[in-house]
Amino acid sequence: MAMEEAREAVGDYKEGWHDPEHSTIRFDSGLSEEVVRKISKIKNEPEWMTEVRVKAYHHFVNRPMPGFGDREALEGIDFDKVCYYLRSSDATEKDWGDVPEDIRNTFDRLGIPEAEQKWLSGVTAQYESEAVYHSIREDLESQGVIFLDMDSGLREHPELVKKYFCSVVPYQDNKFSALNTAVWSGGSFIYVPKGVSVEMPVQAYFRINAKNMGQFERTLIVADEGSSIHYVEGCTAPTYSTDSLHSAVVELIAHEGAHIRYSTIQNWSANVYNLVTKRGIAHKDATIEWIDGNIGSKLTMKYPAVILKGEGSHAEVISVAYAGKGQHQDAGAKIHHLASNTTSKILSKSISKDGGRGSYRGMVTVSPKAENCKLNVVCDALILDDGSQTDTYPTMEVANPSARCEHEASVSKVSDDQVFYLMSRGHSEEEALAMIVNGFFEPFTRELPMEYAVELNKLMALEMEGSIG
Amino acid sequence: MSDKTPVLSIEGLHVGIDGNPILHGIDLKIKPGEIHAIMGRNGSGKTTAASTIMGHPDYEVESGSIELNGADLLELEAWERARKGVFLSFQYPQSVPGLQVGHFLRKSVAAICGDEAAKGAPFRNALKSAMEEVSIPRSFLSRYVNDGFSGGEKKRFEILQLMLLKPTLAILDETDSGLDIDGIRVVSRGINAAIRGSDSGALIITHYSRILEHVKPDYVHVLIKGKIVKSGGPELALELEERGYEWLESGTTEDD
Repeated sequence: MAMEEAREAVGDYKEGWHDPEHSTIRFDSGLSEEVVRKISKIKNEPEWMTEVRVKAYHHFVNRPMPGFGDREALEGIDFDKVCYYLRSSDATEKDWGDVPEDIRNTFDRLGIPEAEQKWLSGVTAQYESEAVYHSIREDLESQGVIFLDMDSGLREHPELVKKYFCSVVPYQDNKFSALNTAVWSGGSFIYVPKGVSVEMPVQAYFRINAKNMGQFERTLIVADEGSSIHYVEGCTAPTYSTDSLHSAVVELIAHEGAHIRYSTIQNWSANVYNLVTKRGIAHKDATIEWIDGNIGSKLTMKYPAVILKGEGSHAEVISVAYAGKGQHQDAGAKIHHLASNTTSKILSKSISKDGGRGSYRGMVTVSPKAENCKLNVVCDALILDDGSQTDTYPTMEVANPSARCEHEASVSKVSDDQVFYLMSRGHSEEEALAMIVNGFFEPFTRELPMEYAVELNKLMALEMEGSIG
Repeated sequence: MSDKTPVLSIEGLHVGIDGNPILHGIDLKIKPGEIHAIMGRNGSGKTTAASTIMGHPDYEVESGSIELNGADLLELEAWERARKGVFLSFQYPQSVPGLQVGHFLRKSVAAICGDEAAKGAPFRNALKSAMEEVSIPRSFLSRYVNDGFSGGEKKRFEILQLMLLKPTLAILDETDSGLDIDGIRVVSRGINAAIRGSDSGALIITHYSRILEHVKPDYVHVLIKGKIVKSGGPELALELEERGYEWLESGTTEDD
């Protein structure tokens, strides 16, 4: 029965399988100060981290739910039913051969080791709460690039972590950043030294396997002066009839002239709450780009942000969201122009289908002393059928008159004539819809490495199947 | 010749949209290698006829039959008809932003002519020569399907698809509208190259005779208020050019 319900809820979500739960440590569900301290203790953390966690925990408890987004869905989260820590493997391995077999099979099935061999500079694979595999190409390591799971990062580079942790996203930022800071586990820690360009992307893959799991990874990327890196994250989870919670915090720091590109393809099953805080600081002449693909989940609330702190810095947020049956994608972007001659571009594309709801929520601000800023916001929505919904909540607060602002928004519906035109060229209705949808997402997919673009197109073709007639 | 199975055979076709009858009993046979023209004013039912043959779901066939090479088409969806060899050049081709022309052509050729035809040198060569025939530059391939195309570009792109997809039956709905004389010449060259000397048939739907000077029809039919009121040879097109449609509108001069 539960399986049927789950299938009903997600259609043909192809990553919906799960393996037998495999745990060496599993906390009882529910959250308390004791749980927070226990997580810190298991990880053998320095005192200051334990203290930050505990403070964040109390802030979380006292902080109300966000007053925007999907309040009804948010109220449906039962924090007492969530498992806050689950360890499936006692070590983070450097060789896939040493990863426990069923976990290794999971990542094989997701194609991670294969992708790693072909075109990645490094990989972290996280299963439940901890990284189970981690590796980086030797030539990068010898250039001083640090790419670790966050726990190892804290152990091996405590001074760097202490300097930057919570510096971009303070735990007081919102309820879920407080929750993440209290119970974080896993995620990536990256430091790219001055002048080093990491040519091929590094990837992290996050897999939830257990029921009622809470995954709270924490990622910190520091790109020192004149360096560059492209980080890619992918995520999937099995389909269950009960909910899981994914609440990550990502902090990016791009020093003078550095370039960070952060690409996400999240493909959560429809029982996952995905409430993520992502924010970067760009110093002088630095560039931060968020390429953010949101497919799946029950509710996503995510607004990748960039603080343009240094003169001449640049931000780009290109995002797509697909809201299918029973799904709400509340996504967008936030950019703050604090310095002069800073530029930003937001391109947001959302598709809603089968009663799904896609919302764009964006904010761009220009501070009074920031001269000659340029900002461009484009949000397009495509509605595939009656009963699906799209909303736009754009905000611009421009306190300096020299700013040049452009804002465009469009809502379109797939027309019968468009579908008929493609069908008259030998394409079935599903294929025709997939062509229209992939075309709509094209400005996004062309920013992705080819392998991901192909994968995303396949994914959308699957979403279009079995839903017609 | 005359005992060959017709490419297209329409008998007693009645069609309506939202319950309003538009076509009141159409009969039409197109044999291999023949080019027929249906002429008529706006609103006479020309586009309805074209869309119905292609299988647009909005048009309800109330009675009658449509057969392609002797096989029933009515039970098939548009994409299945396309794969059987029906092609429609649209009066208003739809744009698909983000879908690249080159990618779309390859996928369409694969769907209709098979995967082999969409691969390697044979595909590239066919594409190259067809593009030359209708004066489409290479840069076209990376544009998005009909997105921001001029009227003339859209029509040339339709004919490019016609040439690549090699249909058994080509229906050309107002292909000449919005084209200047050079455009008509280019497009006609493409139609002649695709149909003449083949076993395919073509149905040209137009309300002016201009295009018929370049693509000589074997038969011309006049459609008025959902009925074919007169059929004849190419000279009928010239007569319509001189006299207009009025002289045919009062009576029901059947001439089969």
